[in-house]
Amino acid sequence: MFARTAWLVLRKDLTVEVRSLEIAYTTLFFAVACVLVFAFALVKEGKAPEDGAAGILWIAIAFAGTLALGRTFERERQSETLRALLMAPADRPAIYVGKLLGIVALLCGTEIVLVPLVAFLFQAPLFRHPFWLAVVLVCGTVGFATVGTLFSAMLVRARSRDVLLPVLLYPITVPVIIAGVRATATLLEPDAELALVRFWVALLLALDVVFLTLALWTFEPLMTD
Amino acid sequence: MTIDFDHVAVTGVSRHFGRRRALSQISFRAARGTILGLLGPNGAGKSTMLALLATLMRPSEGEIRYGGHAARTAGASLRGAIGILGHDLFLYPELTARENLTFFAGLHGVPSAGDAAAAALRQSGLAERADDPVSSFSRGMRQRVALERALIHHPRLVLLDEPFTGLDDSSAAALVGRLKGLRAEGAIVVLATHDLDLAEGLIDSALFLRDGRMVEAVDRPDGLRATYRAVMTRRAEA
Repeated sequence: MFARTAWLVLRKDLTVEVRSLEIAYTTLFFAVACVLVFAFALVKEGKAPEDGAAGILWIAIAFAGTLALGRTFERERQSETLRALLMAPADRPAIYVGKLLGIVALLCGTEIVLVPLVAFLFQAPLFRHPFWLAVVLVCGTVGFATVGTLFSAMLVRARSRDVLLPVLLYPITVPVIIAGVRATATLLEPDAELALVRFWVALLLALDVVFLTLALWTFEPLMTD
Repeated sequence: MTIDFDHVAVTGVSRHFGRRRALSQISFRAARGTILGLLGPNGAGKSTMLALLATLMRPSEGEIRYGGHAARTAGASLRGAIGILGHDLFLYPELTARENLTFFAGLHGVPSAGDAAAAALRQSGLAERADDPVSSFSRGMRQRVALERALIHHPRLVLLDEPFTGLDDSSAAALVGRLKGLRAEGAIVVLATHDLDLAEGLIDSALFLRDGRMVEAVDRPDGLRATYRAVMTRRAEA
């Protein structure tokens, strides 16, 4: 029942998004605009600063992700469908997992556009280790979205939720972003030390497990009342 | 597994929002095969009472029992026995009527969710618009889809908040017929409404609320409008 509920919520979220393209367009537009601004500011005479690409990629992911996270539960609030979801005789954490997977899918879609763009504008060899880059991006995105989805649900009835979400989200996800930036920067080095990348990936996985466990544990009490 | 029960008993229930008291010391009992009307002006606490019965909120004081079960211990299995139609319709405007109903049937673990959705669409008279997005529907049509959404899992306890809003005369009459059918099937129906004319002859008992307090409880109410006026005037003078 848990997996089935999560799947139903994920499929519903993706269907709604495919129809409206609201979150996809805004997230993508914001992420691309962010990368372009950095490119105009930092690339001088066709020469990009060394090690800049990793940081800029993760800043764009974090900012665009915050935008997407803000909308995911806002949509449930507008028609009060959150109440109907909470009335289902299913484990409430399954609803959380469905929403989380939807956000991860959307952010991964954004990253598919962002990575080549950053590689092109900053002349960064991001595709030198495509497997490890994908692992780093997925692990980092899951960690960031795990905390963000929980906070987005928690703030759904707060009046100043748009301000509060980044204020709460960034301090807690700083370890995820640092690990993501360092792992990506290592992959960009001419002789990338894969042992170091594995260390950062292990750290990201550990953070994912801790954040996911805490989120599943706290979602039900946070959503009651 | 969904639990079953033959009555709902509310005992001394109060609900506070910060310092504001939305409900104060409410007690009543609703049995299966009956329709209970929650009547009162805006801000009387009707929607809060429905949210408490739906287990979407916890009482600040008092207890609600569903047969032998308390909300706190029954959890998910109790939620499966409750259907709620709120002031907001709890529908996704981007999805079609069929997709909305199939989604909620699936969430409630209804076997053959697609077939259940198709049957619900026929019941609501919207089978021809089944594949249109809900955003293209009138308020009355949305209300009919929302009612089917609330009933698709055949709940024992049906909670309705102003269900006649936006319905034309024929749709309102159809809804009255549907509620009588639910009563005949043994559902416990709790109906919050301002529409005393439609409530007249439909409800088996009435609970009059004002400012979060229960001012009168009447069985087999007759002359509902006159009773309502008398109860509310008396309260205002008191």
